[in-house]
Amino acid sequence: MSKLLVSPSPHIHSKDSTKSLMLDVVIALIPAVLCSVIFYGWQELLVLGVSVASCVLLEWAITKYMLKAPSTIGDLSAVITGILLALNVPYTTPWWVIVIGSVVAIGVAKMTFGGLGQNIWNPALVGRVFLLVSFPTYMTTWKQPQGLFGVDAISGPTPLGTIQEGLMQGSTVQELTAAYDYKSLLLANLGGSSGEVCALALLLGFVYLCVRKVIKPWITLSIFATVAVTALIFWGINPDRFTDPLFNLLTGGLILGACFMATDYVTSPMSLWGGVVFGVGIGFLTMMIRYFGSYPEGVSFAILIMNSVVPLLNRWFKQKKFGRK
Amino acid sequence: MSKHTFSLGGVHPHDNKISRECAIQPLPIAPTVYLSVAQHIGAPSVPVVKVGDKVKVGQVVAEPGGFVGAFIHSSVSGTVKSVAPRADLAGRMSTHIEIAVEGDEWLEGIDTSDTLITTIPDDPKAIIDKVRLGGVVGLGGATFPTHVKLSPPPGSKCERVIINGCECEPYLTSDFRTLLEKGEQVVVGAALLQKAMGGVPCTIAIEENKPEAIAHIREVIAKLGYADMDVMVMKMMYPQGGEKQLIDAVMHRQVGSGALPISVGAVVQNVATALAVYDAVQKNKPIVDNSVTVTGECFPRQANLLVRVGTPLQYIIDYLGGVPADAAKVISGGPMMGRAVANLQAATVKGTGALLFLTEKQTRRAPETNCIRCGKCADACPMGLEPFLLNKLSKAQDWEACEANAAHDCIECGCCLYSCPAHIPLLDNIRVGKGFVLSAIRARAAAAKAAAEAAKK
Repeated sequence: MSKLLVSPSPHIHSKDSTKSLMLDVVIALIPAVLCSVIFYGWQELLVLGVSVASCVLLEWAITKYMLKAPSTIGDLSAVITGILLALNVPYTTPWWVIVIGSVVAIGVAKMTFGGLGQNIWNPALVGRVFLLVSFPTYMTTWKQPQGLFGVDAISGPTPLGTIQEGLMQGSTVQELTAAYDYKSLLLANLGGSSGEVCALALLLGFVYLCVRKVIKPWITLSIFATVAVTALIFWGINPDRFTDPLFNLLTGGLILGACFMATDYVTSPMSLWGGVVFGVGIGFLTMMIRYFGSYPEGVSFAILIMNSVVPLLNRWFKQKKFGRK
Repeated sequence: MSKHTFSLGGVHPHDNKISRECAIQPLPIAPTVYLSVAQHIGAPSVPVVKVGDKVKVGQVVAEPGGFVGAFIHSSVSGTVKSVAPRADLAGRMSTHIEIAVEGDEWLEGIDTSDTLITTIPDDPKAIIDKVRLGGVVGLGGATFPTHVKLSPPPGSKCERVIINGCECEPYLTSDFRTLLEKGEQVVVGAALLQKAMGGVPCTIAIEENKPEAIAHIREVIAKLGYADMDVMVMKMMYPQGGEKQLIDAVMHRQVGSGALPISVGAVVQNVATALAVYDAVQKNKPIVDNSVTVTGECFPRQANLLVRVGTPLQYIIDYLGGVPADAAKVISGGPMMGRAVANLQAATVKGTGALLFLTEKQTRRAPETNCIRCGKCADACPMGLEPFLLNKLSKAQDWEACEANAAHDCIECGCCLYSCPAHIPLLDNIRVGKGFVLSAIRARAAAAKAAAEAAKK
């Protein structure tokens, strides 16, 4: 020792870093990724590979050539955006559509605002919604998968899409939901975004994140509760017209959105009550879009709308300060 | 065992009490000691000795410079060599009294025996006066003169004395060892404080990671039989020993912004202070020494030493084998709130509780990256503040907004910076804002006072 280091306290750190938190999110996504690959096969691997690679490459290129700043890809947030974008599209999406999605997600929704931490909307969701609006055919027709072990492929709309179409043709909800068995929706929900194939795998990742204290469960739980309560009221009033709570919880990417998209640090409120209001807003808007909107699914829009009011929620809902009224 | 804790925030650093088995050993007296006249909060003391004077251990060498001030006693016997400016551990200059040691002769009237005196004097005033004459200051870190704390302003009333034995800072074990080895004296000191405050109840708060101390103090209380005194087991959580946090945990009362503990009826004294009160009142022994933990994973000889006040840090370190090669930082105090030492020639003061050695790997700060709005700083803040916001406001030099968001309530515990995954120097920036807000508040108070006086005329 020749010189003493002198700096203000504290002199130690928890060792948490942005990278370690992001790595935990990646780990939490592994069960869902594995399930999607098992059910959808090599095509899903391709979607994941293209999505992650283009997100990471794009962020690297933007920092290097446009911002001329140190690269930020080491924080792994671009990897998460890549995985989430891939899990939010059908496995049949062509590679070039995914590349366009990643340009919107990373280029427009994230880096334009100043990179990680500065964006207003969840990048993967912005990418997904852009694709949904621009390429509805690719995004809403779903083929029954062949899986790793090859099964015949049948093309068809998502459960919520089927019901909206059926209602317009005059069928009742009971007739339409009879085709779905809730246990299979929970364990192997074929036909939808590739990430929602197994609700249980997503919930497993959510529990991991809560146990590791990466996120707090309040946002997710208040979304689930609001969706259930709203659906219960409408379904109770008219079961012919409105789908039941459990069906709504298990379909339309709700679990994926509530567990992994709505809980994104950057685009969600920081305080407990802010988070609860945020979650209630997402749940309610989701149900309104599902029941009364022109899109059969509403989770992405609901999250993006609530993302926009996060600064206000952060201002309105503050923790009580010690010793102050 | 039910565990108590404060209501907001807090973090869980590893407690690293690696020196917990080290009994307190007296450090041989250094050849020269340097007594700072500014080793407490308040006005610096005024030296009353001159060069060439012979002094004995326990003799007054400096008198209080005001009501909020403290006596300073010689910690050694010998000859005053100089009364001159000298650098403290941060390198700042202040007046020190340099004494060359000759023998170890104590002032008459000081009881240096081990006999335990358990009889409590009847007169609270006499207790407080002896505390003042003993130069007792808060040894938990703030070094606030104890007799001032024991003299509540008119209109306020103490309802409970809390003895702070949390020692929530990682690494530190001197309070733990004091509880184990001098538990009787600490308990008598607590009883003296109870008496001084008018016979109020007393709670000795000890964190759950010190079960031996909890058991021992319970035994001692049962043996000595003082009324209205109990041990409360606290959850292991930093900053459990913060004054406002501890009052919240023990009494479920929150001290308001800028207010003193007495405003909610609490008086908090640290374990080492309770021992000093015992020494001052029962044994006539002023503060001339204190226990110092010397520790760190890279430090080969863990120790708890009884050190005479004014001993140069270098002398303590050399006694234990010198600064290890891989130590990058020496800290006076704990790793969360301690101060980095810039000058090893600096002398200890009454409030020096620990010397901690950290390697570069343990203490290096990672480069700052973007805030990811995770809110971990706000979750960790025991004052319920929003460090991410105060950080931005401080950097924008918006002092009014800093005040509106309570920057001056910050207790500088370091929880925010400790938990920030983006390694943003939150507390560094908030300190700046806090400083500006506090001086603005002081300036307003002074202006209001001046206006009131002008109106009177």
